Amino acid sequence: MIISVASGKGGTGKTTVAVNLALSLEHAQLLDCDVEEPNAQIFLKADITDRKPAMVRVPEIDYAKCDFCGKCQEVCAYHALAVLPKKVLLFPKMCHSCGACTRLCPKGAIREVDRSIGEIEIGQRGGIDFVQGKLAVGETMAPPLIRQVKSHIDRSCMTIIDAPPGTSCPMVTAVKGSDFCILVTEPTPFGMNDLHLAIETVKKLGIPYGVVMNRAEPHDLKARIHFKANDIPVMLQIPFDRKIAELYSVGIPFVEQLPEYREKFLDLFKCVLGVAKVKS
Amino acid sequence: MRAWSCEGEIMKQIVVISGKGGTGKTMLTGAFSALAENKVMADCDVDAANLYLLLDPSIKERHPFKSGAFAKINPALCTRCGECSAACRFQAISSEFAVSPINCEGCGLCARLCPENAIRMQENTAGEWFISDTPYGSFVHAKLGIAEENSGKLVAKVRQTAKELAEGKQADYVIVDGPPGIGCPVIASLSGVDLAVVVTEPTLSGLHDAERVIELAAHFEVPVMMVINKWDINPEASEKIERFCAGQKIPVIGKIPFDRAVVESIIAGRPVTEYTNGALKTEMIRIWEAVKA
Repeated sequence: MIISVASGKGGTGKTTVAVNLALSLEHAQLLDCDVEEPNAQIFLKADITDRKPAMVRVPEIDYAKCDFCGKCQEVCAYHALAVLPKKVLLFPKMCHSCGACTRLCPKGAIREVDRSIGEIEIGQRGGIDFVQGKLAVGETMAPPLIRQVKSHIDRSCMTIIDAPPGTSCPMVTAVKGSDFCILVTEPTPFGMNDLHLAIETVKKLGIPYGVVMNRAEPHDLKARIHFKANDIPVMLQIPFDRKIAELYSVGIPFVEQLPEYREKFLDLFKCVLGVAKVKS
Repeated sequence: MRAWSCEGEIMKQIVVISGKGGTGKTMLTGAFSALAENKVMADCDVDAANLYLLLDPSIKERHPFKSGAFAKINPALCTRCGECSAACRFQAISSEFAVSPINCEGCGLCARLCPENAIRMQENTAGEWFISDTPYGSFVHAKLGIAEENSGKLVAKVRQTAKELAEGKQADYVIVDGPPGIGCPVIASLSGVDLAVVVTEPTLSGLHDAERVIELAAHFEVPVMMVINKWDINPEASEKIERFCAGQKIPVIGKIPFDRAVVESIIAGRPVTEYTNGALKTEMIRIWEAVKA
């Protein structure tokens, strides 16, 4: 089973929920798919046992064969090639590795070569298998790296995906294919606004979801009434608690210091299993 | 990149970014929007836009954002030969020869290879962008469609529109609310600006993510100033951030204390400086003065 943790708005507690849930389960696979700003390892502190560059395929021109006909430029939907009279300019960061130029070059003058866009790290801590992607600074495209992190999904495991913020391609790439999506929000107008965008996104993807309300406070009646009125299932509330904030700031997963939350995360997990079962 | 306003002053484009989400970008941009004179605002967090919740905009213009394309297979012409699905690198064509618009990246290879000419590329409306009036000045913002891509291109459109508007109005500043992360929409928000204000929080994640976004700003040769939000949640971690900044020769232009007034102002839907008068407002003014200098 694959459970992704997403939010729309950043900084609502995705990593907190993903890491604490994994630690509460004890046996799980945790994938950090927020490859632009991966943070799960700050809390998990897994032993990294394997590290490999993440590669994408980009075109390379064989000038012995190229006659500068311009076909590659014409077929590239991403403007990653520009054909000059005696040279083909490549813009590898624009390339989506679709293979159109290579496939359609009439002279067979293009081959694909590997280009590194970041790295993938694999590690363990206790019963948790950990994989994270790190996009190199200056690289634009997170989705290919996210797909490579997700290629490590072990279907025999309980897999938890820490997704990036937003609702566009990186978030969709991370969440796609999940059996359930936990949406973490905070009861502020920003949090609620972005939660709705995230709900629309997971609905479009056909993924069952439920909400974790983080930094909940007694005065959040408005948020609660709203959830109830709109049939949005709230599966767990984490109160605003200075102790939790302090533990976060120093990189300690709070279930380690506040063991009563382990039960709450296990309840959350049961709740996820229940909803996922009904939906399937 | 730079434009001159009427008095021969340089128009400055200022972006607020963070790396990590939820550190206070929109709160700070909202305060700048209220404090700065003669400016245009732009919200470049197009897939989770929030600045409009503080600026009370009335929309004056709305435009569709056309971007990219996706493949559409005409079942009347399709012979199910499988050329398209074998060539597609994005697993966008199902065994039933239906295209998943979510997986399709619009490369068009399938349409070019199809021996029956059964595939057409359809233009995609990926969102909308707006020009609004607000009590604080003109505001350019956008809404990316649900689960759409190309947010970098929409960011570029918002940036370009705000810049042209500012030039037309002879404004002194374009104030940009940036997205989280370091990827394509952040690069589109950052490239060619005059200053990046990085706002972070005193946590290990806040520092880790700020380091990466500072490296990105250096890559694009954009000068950086740092603001530490909720600094008193962990004074030790704040000191660590200050030491890091000193080492990088990055000025720390403000330390914002944790204050309930921030959340209250967001609930009230107003820039924090319009909501409260205490030490918090004084600090915001100090930060804006440092940005202006």
